[in-house]
Amino acid sequence: MTRFKLVVAVLLAVVLTAGIAWAGTLEEVRARGHLIVGVNGGVFGFSMPDDKGVWKGLDVDTARAISAAIFGDPNKVKFSALTAVQRLPALQAKEIDVLCRNTTQTLTRETINGLNFAPVNYYDGQGFLISKKLGVKSAKELGGATVCVLPGTTTEMNAADFFRANNLKWKPVVIEQTAELNKAFFAGRCDVLTSDMSQLAAQRSVSPNPAEYVLLPEIISKEPLAPVVRHGDDQWFDIVKFTVMALINAEEMGITSKNVDDMLKSKNPEIQRFLGVSPGMGKALGLDEKWAYNIVKMVGNYGEIYERNVGPNTQLGLKRGLNALWTEGGIMYAAPFR
Amino acid sequence: MEAYVQETLAEELKPPVTSKGVIGWAKSNLFDGWFNSLLTLVTLYFLWKVIPPLVRWAFIDSLWNTTGAVCRDADGACWSIITTNLRFILFGFYPHDQHWRPLIAIVLLCGLLFYSRNRNHWNTYLVYAWIIGLVVMGVLMRGGILGLPGVETSQWGGLPLTLLLSIFGLTAAYPLGVLLALGRQSEMRAIKMLCVVYIELIRGVPLISLLFMGSIIFPLFLPEGVTIGQILRAQVAIILFTAAYIAEVVRGGLQAMPRGQYEAADSIGLSYFLTMRLIILPQALKIVIPPTVSILISAFKDTSLVVIIALWDLLKTTQSTLSNPEWMGFSREAYIFVAILYFLGCFSMANYSRKLEKELSTEEH
Repeated sequence: MTRFKLVVAVLLAVVLTAGIAWAGTLEEVRARGHLIVGVNGGVFGFSMPDDKGVWKGLDVDTARAISAAIFGDPNKVKFSALTAVQRLPALQAKEIDVLCRNTTQTLTRETINGLNFAPVNYYDGQGFLISKKLGVKSAKELGGATVCVLPGTTTEMNAADFFRANNLKWKPVVIEQTAELNKAFFAGRCDVLTSDMSQLAAQRSVSPNPAEYVLLPEIISKEPLAPVVRHGDDQWFDIVKFTVMALINAEEMGITSKNVDDMLKSKNPEIQRFLGVSPGMGKALGLDEKWAYNIVKMVGNYGEIYERNVGPNTQLGLKRGLNALWTEGGIMYAAPFR
Repeated sequence: MEAYVQETLAEELKPPVTSKGVIGWAKSNLFDGWFNSLLTLVTLYFLWKVIPPLVRWAFIDSLWNTTGAVCRDADGACWSIITTNLRFILFGFYPHDQHWRPLIAIVLLCGLLFYSRNRNHWNTYLVYAWIIGLVVMGVLMRGGILGLPGVETSQWGGLPLTLLLSIFGLTAAYPLGVLLALGRQSEMRAIKMLCVVYIELIRGVPLISLLFMGSIIFPLFLPEGVTIGQILRAQVAIILFTAAYIAEVVRGGLQAMPRGQYEAADSIGLSYFLTMRLIILPQALKIVIPPTVSILISAFKDTSLVVIIALWDLLKTTQSTLSNPEWMGFSREAYIFVAILYFLGCFSMANYSRKLEKELSTEEH
């Protein structure tokens, strides 16, 4: 019996001290020595391991940038591949520090789920892929079409909304598995394939005959994909937020991983503040003054990350579009560092 | 009357050519009546239709070491997806330059399993060999000492993970299942109730929900900062689940024992432990070998469900390579490869159980 009491006492002690000992996420991450990031794991160009098991992608590089900002080393990250169902509970249960898993920012996720979304690192939207043979130029002409769509997703609901709003008849062909769905479309079982634009471009690029398929201009939903942290730790939120902004600002100021060392000599006060030549920004975030320099030096700016993972020269071949800087016709825009 | 005595042996007549050799065999087995002849012809027709194109696809026209783009223009199977991604499929996120470690661990494990097949080898030395083998495997996989860089369990994946989950899952679940079965037969009310509740609760939910509970709900109850490895949680869920099923199978065996066996044991004054150890369990467990192996085989295949809690087992690493645009669409080749690996595992289990049944059989031959 005494042993039982002892066990209970020890357990209680563990529970209590663990509760008290919890400090901010930044201290916890520093003490642990690495960052734990939730990713998708199965989306090429965003987060996926290559044939050597090395993580690659836009979301992965965003995570590496956070690691570079904190540790001055882009590789102090552990990636945890999460399913759509798991991702939010994993963040809430503190199993991961930040979620970079092509997650769409929505009102309910911010409020009911208690999450904070950092600035968007990829603006996606739902579109339509069709065979050129259909001779259709706009999604509004798709009346009566059979549409391949994944069941139980916002994609399906968005498509239903679109066709209802435009008073068009449509026949959904629902197939549970993405791979099977795409096969069905390219085998001609449906006239239209609908999904996020980035996905459709990827599918088209590997189809037996890419030139035969065309993406329609309509984008029927907004999918701002952004890194996420949980409520309750504002300093941590700031770090993640300004890491994304640093990526965007670096591109805007023309600082790349190649010229960043030359830029240290720049006379421009904005660049001096950014790179920590004139100190202040790092201290404000609780990081090293070189944090932004490390991000650009080790990971690159947003443009470099984009080109490397999803840009026109990759297999996905996605044009910048909305994801171009605001100065170049897109909507990528970051707050000034001062 | 003069008796006729044949002094030379009559010439041996050979059986008609139609009832011996290949023709005879074919006649009595394949063309035995019009219905069987028809079946044979239909089967032959299908084989002729299926086999040559299959062989052509899988071997003659196949590509073994090219890029995805080259494969797309070819007609045959694209085994390049396997050869190019083999190391990722087999070892997942295990550091690339350290792949020799899980490889040796797997070879060691298979060697030990193979050696343990023969019941003549079952002695104390084998126990030592297993203990040493397991420690070596643990050190190889985990590292961190002897100059081996440490590899966290979260980086384990692919085949080692599948084998780990299934072999440890099954070996731990079996004794636990036997204990539960005995507990359910117990005359002590509390233990009996406990076992019944446990078995019915676990059998009443699907494995997926157990895995989800382990991976999503369980951490919410843990104090801040305390984490338990995802693999361990999945392993425990698999053990708990399989044990409940084994318990019911073993209970079937226990109930099949004639009352006389228990009474005979009592009459020579054996304790409960000895009765079970010497008389009841050896007979009961032998009876239930076939259903037990069925459960073990399905548990082996069920380990692939850990995909849903983001563990990268063999099936998941394979699927992951399929979402790379270069290899998208070669799902046939990839799944055939994984199917072969699973088949090897399941078939050797089934094969071994047949051998064991034969050896343990006490019936007259």
